[in-house]
Amino acid sequence: MGNESIFKTLMVAVGVSAVCAVLVSVTAKSLESTQIENQKLDKKRNILVAAGVIDSRGYLLQKEDAAKTLADIKEEFARLIPQVIDLETGRVVEGMEPEEIEKIDPKKQVKSEADRIKLSQTTDISGIKFKPKQAVVYVLNDGAGKPLRYIFPIFGKGLWSTMYGYIALESDLNTVSNITFYDHGETPGLGGEISNPKWQAKWADKRIFDTSGKPVLKVFKGHVPESDPAAAYEVDGISGATLTGNGVSNTVRFWLGENGFGPYLKALRD
Amino acid sequence: MSEKLSATFTDPLVKTNPVALQVLGICSALAVTTSMSTTVTMCIAVTFVTVGSNIGISLIRKIIPSSIRMIIEMAIIASLVIVVDQILRAYAPGISKSLSVFVGLIITNCIVMGRTEAFAIKNGVLASALDGLGNGLGYSIVLLCVGFIRELFGVGTLFGYTVFKSVNDGGWYPGNGLLVLAPGAFFLIGFFIWILRTVRPELQEKE
Repeated sequence: MGNESIFKTLMVAVGVSAVCAVLVSVTAKSLESTQIENQKLDKKRNILVAAGVIDSRGYLLQKEDAAKTLADIKEEFARLIPQVIDLETGRVVEGMEPEEIEKIDPKKQVKSEADRIKLSQTTDISGIKFKPKQAVVYVLNDGAGKPLRYIFPIFGKGLWSTMYGYIALESDLNTVSNITFYDHGETPGLGGEISNPKWQAKWADKRIFDTSGKPVLKVFKGHVPESDPAAAYEVDGISGATLTGNGVSNTVRFWLGENGFGPYLKALRD
Repeated sequence: MSEKLSATFTDPLVKTNPVALQVLGICSALAVTTSMSTTVTMCIAVTFVTVGSNIGISLIRKIIPSSIRMIIEMAIIASLVIVVDQILRAYAPGISKSLSVFVGLIITNCIVMGRTEAFAIKNGVLASALDGLGNGLGYSIVLLCVGFIRELFGVGTLFGYTVFKSVNDGGWYPGNGLLVLAPGAFFLIGFFIWILRTVRPELQEKE
């Protein structure tokens, strides 16, 4: 066997590495666009779930034959009206093209100097350091054109990762209708359960703001006792995931508070 | 010769089944068998990787220096697993999300490396391909049985379609929580091994 010489060993190592590298990069590159398309679709699906248009398996809600109709995500998504919010002033930015709106992505914004605002330590309760300058809120209207639900993008630090999701409020701007998370890196089975629709369903009908208008909704540690006077402001925690739960509480409080969508919500109420 | 070839393919299905007899690949057998759709995807993925890596190693078996033989096996297996992962992400994003790390963990599945090291490194391409296919399918048979029982009796569905209407949806079937959790799979695999060794006593180890 002449295979053991250093030269031959190196040749085989280099050769195998080269072939493997080509194989991996060609597949990754050629499938990239399909994967990005999937991610976009997944995001839209999450917005629709938060809006209560479809359930977590993609079936249409609120239609006569709800359980049987699998939704066309793109078509249903077109029913939502996007509003670009300037997060410095809380005002709605008018006249943006749909393609421009689609490009607004908090993950990219916080990485670009021009699209982000630095948060001071006292305001940054969800540990994100920067907030984007603009955010897209989706409005779901009823048949008569009156707003039914508002869907807000939220993100914040959990235990290990930044969690990205949406929270939807009813038209009273206080009652939660749903919450979803489309991307996070929390421990599967523990903190990762934040993406479990069964847990998300516990958020329905909870209240965000106390009588003074401060966002007080939080994830409770354990099961919320029925006798608790603040039960309307508390969601059952996931056992073994207290820190992820705290992260979710802080994220929701930040985004619906003064430094998040607070000014926008105030303008809506007036 | 052809008899030997067909034995290469059929032996791992039952006689030398990698999961039930050699007790390899148990980690993924526990993790992905809670629903049939993830189980089937995982079976296809593992079979593809065992066949692919066996063919790859067999092709270059005569020029591999034995000093770096294992690292070469790993490089080929890892590349194939990444390819599978990328394909799943592109064409089956939902399943890919629920399989999460377990696609990547095929790299560490002992069956794959075991077959390249034990078989492909000293056998021809055709025989290696059949050996990979046999072992992949042998793994699949056990996983599909376990997945079938776990999903049907654990939550009352198959491939996500309701078979037994569960109590939560207003039906009559109370799901079996034990089967949904990992220990349930342990028991099932245990039963599977037991049945196999009772039916074929020659598989029992001599005391």
